[in-house]
Amino acid sequence: MTDKRSSADFIHRQSFIELDARERATALFDAGTSRELLGPFDRVESPWLAMQGVTPQEDDGCVVMKGKIAGHAAVVVALEGAFQGGSMGEVSGEKMTAALDLAYANSKKGTPTTAVLLLETGGVRLQEANLGLAAIAELMGSVLLLRKYAPVICLSAGTVGCFGGMSLVAGLASYVVMTREARLGLNGPEVIEQENGIDEFDSSDHALVWAIDGGEQRFATGLVDALVIDDTPQVVEAIRRFVGKGVPAVHRSSQVELYRSRIKALDTSRQWDPKELRTLWTAKSATEGKQ
Amino acid sequence: MEQIEHTYPAKRKVINRAHVGVVSSGDMEVLLEPADGIDAHVFIRTSVDGFGVSWKAVLDRFFSKYDGAARIQINDAGGTPGIAQLRLEQAVEASEQ
Repeated sequence: MTDKRSSADFIHRQSFIELDARERATALFDAGTSRELLGPFDRVESPWLAMQGVTPQEDDGCVVMKGKIAGHAAVVVALEGAFQGGSMGEVSGEKMTAALDLAYANSKKGTPTTAVLLLETGGVRLQEANLGLAAIAELMGSVLLLRKYAPVICLSAGTVGCFGGMSLVAGLASYVVMTREARLGLNGPEVIEQENGIDEFDSSDHALVWAIDGGEQRFATGLVDALVIDDTPQVVEAIRRFVGKGVPAVHRSSQVELYRSRIKALDTSRQWDPKELRTLWTAKSATEGKQ
Repeated sequence: MEQIEHTYPAKRKVINRAHVGVVSSGDMEVLLEPADGIDAHVFIRTSVDGFGVSWKAVLDRFFSKYDGAARIQINDAGGTPGIAQLRLEQAVEASEQ
């Protein structure tokens, strides 16, 4: 990623972050090839939210689209971060799982179908706790099935980021793409602060939060495959590139020994800062196991 | 959460449906589609109780100009009357493009 932006570039760029979930999903497809499955007029909404006094959204904050990306068959599932924090409930989870299973079925029949997941999510929706947890377990199973046949690409553009159980889904992906604005982590900063105190993690210290969870750090430590500027054509180009690459020789989550050895070699008796980790865990070392 | 329903007279059929907005804090989604009969029907679900009079005022003003036989559903997460007016006009614009 080059970061030599002039103010003119900044003004003229087409922000991807400012798009809603439906616009984000549409933007990724080759023009005129996409169609939405189970859209808002199908009215498949969460049956649990209204009971708890929360207004449901007709698509449950999950947009599923099918079409072509760079000429390849693809399905895109976009979570709407503005609705209930992009959280995964029974319906949104089932929609994403079904989309992955559809891609798997097509891939097995001879049409490799890439899945692109746009993750703006805090993880499980608390109002549907157990069903949300079950949904994430099912999702992980479906990602593992599909990724043998076609790449599963996760994109977190921001500004919600990707946390909780959905970070595990991102961890299983063939490729992960982020912007500087996005964050990726298992426990969100507020959760860590709440559970272990402000000395452990000060969630109001944004510089600290982004230095640890932010896209730039995740890319520099090899946990993410591409860092893109928040500009729609550049985001689209990155996704097209990974769709074209196909299934990676080795998935990141299969490199168990690499990551174990990294943690083993870390001297935990002292506090490491994010910049030191970048030199220790370079992006290069993450790809060592791939060749 | 409160549910509100209103019916208004209409003069013409609606051809295309439209969906705009997000159920995000201070915002709402509007689904506008052709109604079966000759009236317009509005169904509102709002997370903020007790603002029936404000909703009626917004709808009265909207239907003083709009005469389509539409079925309109609004899922609201605390949008102001101004936001409601804008989202309704946006839905009409999208359906008549």
